[in-house]
Amino acid sequence: MSGFQLIVRGLLAENPVFRLALSMCPAVAVTTNVKNGFLLGCAVVFVQVMSNLTASALRQFVHQRVRVVIYTIIIATWVSAIDMIMGAYLPDLYDQVSLYIKLIVVFAIIISRMELFASKNPLIPSLFDGLGMGLGFMFGLMMIGAVRELLGSGQLLGFDLLGTKPLLIMILPAGGFFVIGFLMAIFNTVLKKLGLGAPPAGGHH
Amino acid sequence: MAESNTRSPGGEQKTAPPVLTVGISPHIHSGRTTAGIMWTVVLSLAPALAANIFFFGTRAAALLLVSVLSCVCIEAVCQKLFRRPIRVRDGSAVITGILLAMITPPSVPLYIMPLAALMAIFVVKELVGGLGFNVFNPALVGRAFLMACFPVAMTTAYVDPLSWLEAGSGAADAVSAATPLTLLKHGGMDAVLQHYGSGLRIYSSLALGLHPGSMGETPALLIALGGIFLLFRGIITWHAPAAMLVTVAVLTWIFGGESGLGSGDPLFHLLNGGLILGAFYMATDYVTSPSTPKGKLAFGLGVGLLTALIRLKGGYPEGVAYAILLMNALTPCFERWFAPKRFAEPLKAKA
Repeated sequence: MSGFQLIVRGLLAENPVFRLALSMCPAVAVTTNVKNGFLLGCAVVFVQVMSNLTASALRQFVHQRVRVVIYTIIIATWVSAIDMIMGAYLPDLYDQVSLYIKLIVVFAIIISRMELFASKNPLIPSLFDGLGMGLGFMFGLMMIGAVRELLGSGQLLGFDLLGTKPLLIMILPAGGFFVIGFLMAIFNTVLKKLGLGAPPAGGHH
Repeated sequence: MAESNTRSPGGEQKTAPPVLTVGISPHIHSGRTTAGIMWTVVLSLAPALAANIFFFGTRAAALLLVSVLSCVCIEAVCQKLFRRPIRVRDGSAVITGILLAMITPPSVPLYIMPLAALMAIFVVKELVGGLGFNVFNPALVGRAFLMACFPVAMTTAYVDPLSWLEAGSGAADAVSAATPLTLLKHGGMDAVLQHYGSGLRIYSSLALGLHPGSMGETPALLIALGGIFLLFRGIITWHAPAAMLVTVAVLTWIFGGESGLGSGDPLFHLLNGGLILGAFYMATDYVTSPSTPKGKLAFGLGVGLLTALIRLKGGYPEGVAYAILLMNALTPCFERWFAPKRFAEPLKAKA
């Protein structure tokens, strides 16, 4: 697979949110608006790419038995890095998502891509896989955030569009579950129409 | 018996030589249909609805109409969209519409009812497979949805009954009144006494429905009569309502008082809020509550426990709706725990 194909795969056929159903907690928790989804998505792209690269580079040296510990340490390192970078250079934005940035350490999507892909592939494909998965995750969060922001607070990207707040439930956690369910159904229907509907290996968490 | 089940469609049995066909049990049909049950339930609610339209005027009638119409239309459209047989005539959507109107304050803006109906019929019922497959009671989810989306309208749109007679129609919009349970939650029993006078007057206005509330909360006696009618027709059984009412009565008697254990007022809590409607019409739902007697008893007990807990200790004045919804989620467990015994034990593999 070329780099471009790997990115498209992460965005569509193996979209972490809508297809792999990995890291659903942040997909509900931070997606009350588009901006939060975008910020967390950026952090996830960074952590996923860097962790994939590290795991791929170290794949000759990591023993099978201790790999989970090593991967956790790698992820924690890169999460600390992005946490400090955002805290230092974007303090205002950082305040809104800082809690979830720290939680990237336990996002299922990161370690599962390291385990399934980066540990078996060379540097360049791992880079593109991380990029695709991170962008797919960001895309999912922003879609959910857009629907919830529009229906829940009548805005999009902070601009008042509707003038009212039609459905308050959408910015509550319950609304997050509804939106994810509906978007997942729509996403899978569209993919099936496009001929990309083969079921991926499912995950949990 | 068994003819309608065992004969193959086509009607050739009269000319062809008799063929013995083997059908799967059950073979005895009670003659009761879904539609028959549903319309009996509607009939049993008619007196309470009539009383409510008298209490709250055209407002209540409009609410009822909009709610029922939107439920029926949404169900028909859903069944068409999902290419299922159109079965709106079985009346289940009508009942959902009526119950939804009965658990919504009478003077809410009417445009929120189609939204609640969309949630109740489309999301909760038709998306998961239609009648018989829903986990949660559709009308109650509709109410929970409205509570989450329009909390102000849902808690302030109560009006005094018969106020439309005194002030002329339309003036009822302006005045919002507190339900007895809201009074109790915020001001204790003193506030209720102050508002209604003596203890006896509280009970009589609660039983007759002369107090602010949703349509399903006001005429406690008429709703109970409808429930008893359903009991005698054999449409519901006594297990879940009895367990629920007894549990609430006992718990509110023990823990509901302001001066120590056992000083509570069980009758006040029994007549109040949606307890009677919930006990007879929602905790007995065929789809979302257990089907075995023991399961029904456990279900009623759980609903009563949660209702008393929310009323006495929770943030909301009334908790029947959430109590039933929470127990709906447990219904599959009750079905498993209280499953009827098999006639023969399954054969064990040789050790």
